[in-house]
Amino acid sequence: MGNERVKSSRRKFLKSAATASVAIVGYTWLKSSQFLIHAAEPEDKNLPWYGIVIDIEKCIGCGMCAKACKNENDVPAEPFFFRTWVEQYTVKNDGSVEIISPNGGIDGFKQTVPDEDIFKSYFVPKMCNHCAKSPCDQVCPVGATYTSPEGVVLIDEKYCIGCRYCVQACPYGCRFIHPEKKVANKCTLCYHRIKKGLAPACMENCPTGSRMYGNLRDSNSEIVKFLKEHTTQVLRPNLNTGSKLYYNALSSEVR
Amino acid sequence: MEPNYQHLYEILANSQGYIFPNEIDLQWGILIVVYPFVTGLVAGAFILASLERVFKDKILKPTYQIALLTALSFLLVATLPLISHLSQPQRAYEIMITPHGSSAMAIFGFVYLWYLMVVLLLEIWFDYRHSMVVWADEKKGIMKWVYRILTLGLSDISPRTLTWDRKLGYFITVVGIPSAFILHGYVGFIFGSIKANPWWSTPLMPIIFLFSAMVSGISMVMLIYMVVSYIRTKTMDINVLDSIGKYLFFVLILDFTIEGLDQIHRIYEAEESFETIKLLVEGKLYLTLFISQGLIGTIIPLIVLAFLQFYKGKIKLRKTLYFIIGILVLIGVYSMRWNVVIGGQLFSKSFSGFTSFKVGLIGLDGTLMAAFWLILPFGILAFLLWLLPPWKMVQEEE
Repeated sequence: MGNERVKSSRRKFLKSAATASVAIVGYTWLKSSQFLIHAAEPEDKNLPWYGIVIDIEKCIGCGMCAKACKNENDVPAEPFFFRTWVEQYTVKNDGSVEIISPNGGIDGFKQTVPDEDIFKSYFVPKMCNHCAKSPCDQVCPVGATYTSPEGVVLIDEKYCIGCRYCVQACPYGCRFIHPEKKVANKCTLCYHRIKKGLAPACMENCPTGSRMYGNLRDSNSEIVKFLKEHTTQVLRPNLNTGSKLYYNALSSEVR
Repeated sequence: MEPNYQHLYEILANSQGYIFPNEIDLQWGILIVVYPFVTGLVAGAFILASLERVFKDKILKPTYQIALLTALSFLLVATLPLISHLSQPQRAYEIMITPHGSSAMAIFGFVYLWYLMVVLLLEIWFDYRHSMVVWADEKKGIMKWVYRILTLGLSDISPRTLTWDRKLGYFITVVGIPSAFILHGYVGFIFGSIKANPWWSTPLMPIIFLFSAMVSGISMVMLIYMVVSYIRTKTMDINVLDSIGKYLFFVLILDFTIEGLDQIHRIYEAEESFETIKLLVEGKLYLTLFISQGLIGTIIPLIVLAFLQFYKGKIKLRKTLYFIIGILVLIGVYSMRWNVVIGGQLFSKSFSGFTSFKVGLIGLDGTLMAAFWLILPFGILAFLLWLLPPWKMVQEEE
């Protein structure tokens, strides 16, 4: 009798243990099977979720932002490496578009198109879009690129293997391989500064205040107010990168 | 050491239109062209071997072991161009230890290891075990021990065990076919899943890679069979060549059709990037796409192979034609890899301009290094054919 009882309770235990392990494995598998879907979620509702606004109407193309960024973030001076840069678009009367960005705009711009041929001209500052569904974060094979709890896309330089897949994956051309550190590099929204409550170097140095960053989750923040009052657009919306860089007065020529 | 930017200034001077400033330097060079080419040869050679084993095409028997050893030789080299291309190669192991679940690239190590350890090595081992046991008995000195170690101490060659060897070998081949498909389809996915790049981003990419892999692997095994027969001064069996030629013909038709479909689809849909890609293929890719990949690597081989399906005349002429076609097809597939990898980086993601690419001769990502990675597998193959000569294998009763 006693033997039978022990056996039956053992059987019961084994049964429930098996069910539990199947459930655990199944749950883990289901959870990890979301690997095909890539999106950063705000982890902590109390933390800010940063977005950026660039007002094209205010940019005068002085290039101070790009210069300040290089100084602040140890970006090589050569014209092949930029965390932020400025482009000049000139739409001609014949409909063709001329785009230039000599040295990322750091030395300013000289209009090369004769005045009488110009339909319109404007400057577009570029930087990392800190996408919520960032393709660069998605493809990093080791997870050296990651999204901070505040929605800032960052790189762990001690971890990056330099495969360059992220550079290929960024549709905005915002990444490069740092020639001395030999790892991927990009705009961090000056994470080291914003954590201390300071503005990123490019925004600090913009003479016209055409760049702004802020907490998208705070309905009273300046950035949310701006987004409410203006018609803004992100770059390449068709790619669904979840870009958090909103442009005011973005013209259709810009990609 | 101060980095030298001279070549970047030259490229900048040669760029056309507007490109994002970070795009001047190409991220993936010739080594990444070599990588899918080599991996493709592995998958293709293996699939040819499985035709013999699973689909019981007895004519192909003389190429069976050659195909397997070719696949192994190239597979052993496949990761090396990749690792040597990393700018932090000493951290390469991180991809195995902490793979990032959402990255297409992260799974490569596992797919590779599965294919190497579970498929190829096991299949070759089961295939050769009987012979290795016999060789271990026959040889003296160090070679005796080499074969003994290779048998892993399993020296039972009773008929029952040998039947099991065959059965398990067959089972692994069956598992191996989808594995070969995954291995190379997956390489295609690495490119095809990059939505930022319209030249790469197509769901057809894995299939295109797979079929071009089969085309190249079949050609390579055919060439190696011819060269090995020549070196051993044995007459090659024209029936074997005809049979391989027939498979090559059909797979090449499929490959051409799917790649053609991809291009027609692009042209007809003419999305945002169309004008830029049109300029790309008519300009910088003209030679490698239309002449090298299209004409030399596809159209001419297709015409000649079609002709050889009917022409059963002079054996010497047929052999010569097969040899030439094998080389042409390999040139075509190599060009295809070039067009994908390099071509996809020549245009700016602003769709407003082009950068340029010049391969250096020396350096870690230069032509010589790429040539080295392409030649090394042949050295390995020569060694494997010496160690495990298919023509000295113990013939088994079936």
